[in-house]
Amino acid sequence: MTSIILLSVFGILNLFLGFLRSNKVLLPGAMLLLLAVFGANYADWNVVHAPYFNNMLVVNNYTVAFTGIVLLTTILLLPFSRSYVTDGEPNLAEYYALLLFSLVGAIMMMGYDHLLMLFVGIEILSISMYVLAGSRKRDSRSNEAALKYFLMGAFATGILLFGIALLYGATGKFVLSELATAIASPANASLQPMLYIGILMMIIGIGFKVSAAPFHFWTPDVYEGTPTFFTAFMSTVVKTAGFAAFLKLLAVALPGAQGFWMPTIQAMCALTLLLGNVGAAVQTSPKRMLAYSSVSHAGYLLIGLVASKGALQGESASAIFFYSLAYSIATVAAFGVLKLVNEHRLQDGYAGLNGLGKTNPLLAFVMTVAMLSLAGIPLTGGFLGKLFLLIAAVGQGYIGLVVFAVIMSMVGLYYYLRPIIAMYMQPVPADATPVPVDGIQTATLVVLALLTIVLGIVPGFMSGLL
Amino acid sequence: MLTAVLLFLPLAAALLLLFVKGAAARALAFGASLVEFGLAAYAAFDFSAHGSAAYNLNYNWIPSAGINFHVGLDGLSLLLVLLTTFLVPLILLSAFKRDYDNPSTFYALVLFMQTGLLGVFVSLDAFLFYFFWEVALIPIYLLAGAWGGERRIAVTLKFFLYTVVGSLLMLAGFVYLYLQTGPAAGSLAAHSSELSAFYGLKLSASEQSWLFWLIFAAFAVKMPIFPFHTWQPNTYTEAPAPATMLLSGIMLKMGIYGTMRWLLPVVPLGVSQWQKPVIILSVIGIIYGAIIAIRQQDVKRLIAYSSLSHVGLMAAGVFSLTQIGLQGTVIQMLAHGVNVVGMFFIADAIERRTGTRHIPDLGGLTRRTPILSVCFLVMLLSTVALPLTGGFVGEFLLLAGVYQYNAWVGAIAGLTIIFSAVYLLRMFQRVMLGPDSSFSETITDLTGGELLILVPLIALVFWLGLFPGSFLHISEPAVANILTLVGR
Repeated sequence: MTSIILLSVFGILNLFLGFLRSNKVLLPGAMLLLLAVFGANYADWNVVHAPYFNNMLVVNNYTVAFTGIVLLTTILLLPFSRSYVTDGEPNLAEYYALLLFSLVGAIMMMGYDHLLMLFVGIEILSISMYVLAGSRKRDSRSNEAALKYFLMGAFATGILLFGIALLYGATGKFVLSELATAIASPANASLQPMLYIGILMMIIGIGFKVSAAPFHFWTPDVYEGTPTFFTAFMSTVVKTAGFAAFLKLLAVALPGAQGFWMPTIQAMCALTLLLGNVGAAVQTSPKRMLAYSSVSHAGYLLIGLVASKGALQGESASAIFFYSLAYSIATVAAFGVLKLVNEHRLQDGYAGLNGLGKTNPLLAFVMTVAMLSLAGIPLTGGFLGKLFLLIAAVGQGYIGLVVFAVIMSMVGLYYYLRPIIAMYMQPVPADATPVPVDGIQTATLVVLALLTIVLGIVPGFMSGLL
Repeated sequence: MLTAVLLFLPLAAALLLLFVKGAAARALAFGASLVEFGLAAYAAFDFSAHGSAAYNLNYNWIPSAGINFHVGLDGLSLLLVLLTTFLVPLILLSAFKRDYDNPSTFYALVLFMQTGLLGVFVSLDAFLFYFFWEVALIPIYLLAGAWGGERRIAVTLKFFLYTVVGSLLMLAGFVYLYLQTGPAAGSLAAHSSELSAFYGLKLSASEQSWLFWLIFAAFAVKMPIFPFHTWQPNTYTEAPAPATMLLSGIMLKMGIYGTMRWLLPVVPLGVSQWQKPVIILSVIGIIYGAIIAIRQQDVKRLIAYSSLSHVGLMAAGVFSLTQIGLQGTVIQMLAHGVNVVGMFFIADAIERRTGTRHIPDLGGLTRRTPILSVCFLVMLLSTVALPLTGGFVGEFLLLAGVYQYNAWVGAIAGLTIIFSAVYLLRMFQRVMLGPDSSFSETITDLTGGELLILVPLIALVFWLGLFPGSFLHISEPAVANILTLVGR
C-alpha cells in the first residue's frame, strides 16, 4: 500500500519537477524516487496487512514479489531514456510521471481482491501506455501504434468489463474469495452459461493485455511504432502485471470453473507458442522479432497458469515469478542495447547490429547474454525459469504441452541466434563508429547482464519464493 | 575441494584474460592450462592412492527443487579429465601459431569451454550435467562462428541448432526421470536429480524405450553417429584449427561419456531393446564415413570423415555392453583424442605453410620436411591402429568387444582398419610423397615450437600403445560398476 501511495505522490512531484525546465534533474530524480518505492515495497515482505478498502486490495507476499519485479525493471530501464535528456525533450517530466502512474496501475492489478480494482488497475496502466505509445508526436509510425493500441485496447477492456458484469450477474459477487464460493455452489444452475461467457470474456480481456494468441495481433505493429524505451516497458511491466493478475483470477476466484477455463488456457497456450515462435522466426528486424518473442514468452508463462491448477503458492507460482523476473531483465537488456544502437546507426534490421562485437564489445556481450537467456540456454536465468515451468507442468501431467513447448523453444533458438550472428560473425560496416554509451548506462548494462547470469548460476535466493 | 578448483580455475583465467592483451594473454592462458594439467595429474596420483571419496563435493544448489551441485571423480571421469587438461595446453599452443583477431577473447573462450567440458565429466546431478553440457557449447559456437572459414555462419548455425535440439530432448527426458524420483535423504524438495536417484528408479520397459531415444538424441548428435552426423564434416572443416581440435578431440567424448554414465545404467531395459539398431547404425557409420573419406580432396574434411568412421566403432563398442568393449572405448577415447588433435594440427601446419588444404595442389613435400613427415606418419599409423600405438590397443579391444556381441558385426566393423589404411595412406602419399608441387622446394620443416606440441602427443601415442594397463586399471572399477548397473 505504501508503494501505491508513494508512487502516486512521486508521480505528481515529478510533474512539478517539470516546471524547473531542466531535464538534468529529472532522470536521477525519477530513479531515486523509484529506489525509495522499491525500499518501501521490500519493507512489506513477510508483513501481514489487513485487506484495504473493504477487501478491494490486499498486500501480501504475492503482491510484494511481483511489485518488486516491475519496480526493478523500471529502475533498470530508466537510464536508457538518457537521450531524451540530452535532446532536450520538452515533455520528459510528463513521461516519467506517466510511467510512475502506470506502475500504480500495475501494482493494483497484482494486489486486487475485487474485480473492479482489477479493472481500475488495468485502465490506469493502459491509458498511460496509450499516451506513451504515441509520444513521438511527429512520427506517423508512433501515431499509428498509439491509435491501434488505443482502439484495440479500449475494445479489450470493454470486453473485460462486460465479462466482470456477467460474472457479477451470475454470482452477485465481486470479491475473489466470495466469487470462488459462489461458483463452487451455484445458487442458480440456469445462470451457468452466463458465468462461462463472463469467464471467457475476462480471459479475452486479460489475454489481450498480455498478448496471448489469438489476441496478440496488435503486438508487432504497436511494438514497432512505439519508441523503443516505452516498448521495453510495455513488454516487461505490462506483461508481468498481466500475468500476476491472470494467475490470481484463475487461482483465487475461478478454481471451481477449472473444467471450463483449463482447456481454453491450454489451447491459447499452444497457439501462442506456435504463432509467437514461428512469427518471430520470419521477422527481418530485431525489434519486431522481440515483439513476437514477447508473444512466445506469454506462451511459456501460460504453461505456468495451466500447471498452477489454482494455487497462488508453490511450484508453479514460484516458477511464474522466476520466469517473469528473468524475462523482464533480459528483455530490458535487449531493448536497451537496441535503443542505443538504433539511435547511433541508421540501418534497420539485423544488419544494424553488424560487427557490434568489434565496435562495442560490452553492448554485444550484454545483448548475447540477453538473447541466450530469452532462448533458455544454461548459465542464464531464462534457462532455469523455463526449467522450473516445465518441471511444474510435467509434474501435473501435461506432458504433451511440455513437449510442444520444447519443440517451440527449438524454433526460438534460431531467431535468438540471429543478433548474435550479426554482432560477432558479420563484418563491421565501413562507416561504423563505436556507439556512445555513458557511464550510468554502462553500469546498468553490466548490472543487467550480471543479474541474468546470477539468476542462472545461483538461483537459490529467488526460486521457491512463493 | 580439488574438483571445484579444477572446474573453476580455467573459468577464472578466462575472465582475467578479458582484461589482458598481447604476450601477457598468451602467458596467462598457457600458464593457467598448465597449472590445470598439473592439478589433474596430481589428482590422478592421489586418486590411485586414496580413492575417489576426497573428490566428492555436494552443495545444495537449488534447495527448493532438490537440485545439487554434486561433482565427483571416478576412474572414467578421471581419465577424461586428464585427457582434457592434457590437450587444452597443446591446443592453446597451436592457437598461438596463428594471428587471430582479438586473441585474448579467443583464448578466453577456449578456457571457458574447458570449464564446461570438465563440468560434464565430473557432474553427478542431472541438471548440473545438462548445465555444463550447454555451457561447453556456447564458446565453441562462438569460436567456430566468429573465427571460422567463409561458410562459417550457415555451418555453425546448423551445428548449434542440431546439438541444442538434441540436448533439449535429453533435458525433457531428465525432467521426466526427475519427477519419478522420491525425495533425497534430508532434503525438503519432493524430488531429486542426483545420478544415484536416477540409478535407483524402477521404470517399465515401455517407458525406458522412449526415454532411451530422448536421452540418446543428445549423445548421438554430439558423437555423432550416423544419421545424426550431417553437421560434423562441415563444422570440422569450417572451424579454425584449435576449435576443430576441441570439437573432435574432446567434445566428441562428451557424447560417449554421456552414453556410458547417463544412458546405459539409467535406462538399461531401453538399452537392451535398442542395442541392436544402434549397433547397426554405428556400423553403417563406420563404413559410410570411410567410403566418403576415400573420395575427399580436402585434408581437413578427410580427417573429419575419418573421425566419423572411428567414432562409429566406439559407439558400437559401448553398445556391445561387454567389459572389454567398454574398456576399449575408454582407451580409444584417449587414443582418438590424441590422434585426431595431432592430425588436425599437422593439417593446419601444412595449410599455414602452403595456404591450401586441397590435396591435388599438394605433393612431394617430404624432401624438405623430414620431421613433419615422421610426425605425420606416426599420428596416421596410430589412427590406422598399427600395433605399438594407442590406436591399436583401443581398436583391438573394441573389435573384440563387438565380436563378442556378434561375430558378423565384428567382422564388418573390422573393415574400419582396412578402410582407414586405404584413405589415410593414400592421403599421405598424395600430400607428402608423389610428384612435386609448387610447394616442394619452398616449404619449411616443423619449428621447435611446433614440435613442442607434437612430441607430447607422440609420447602419449606410444605410452598408450605400450603400457595401456596404466590407464585401463584406472577405469576398470568404474566400467565394471556401469556394467553391473546395466545388468540389474
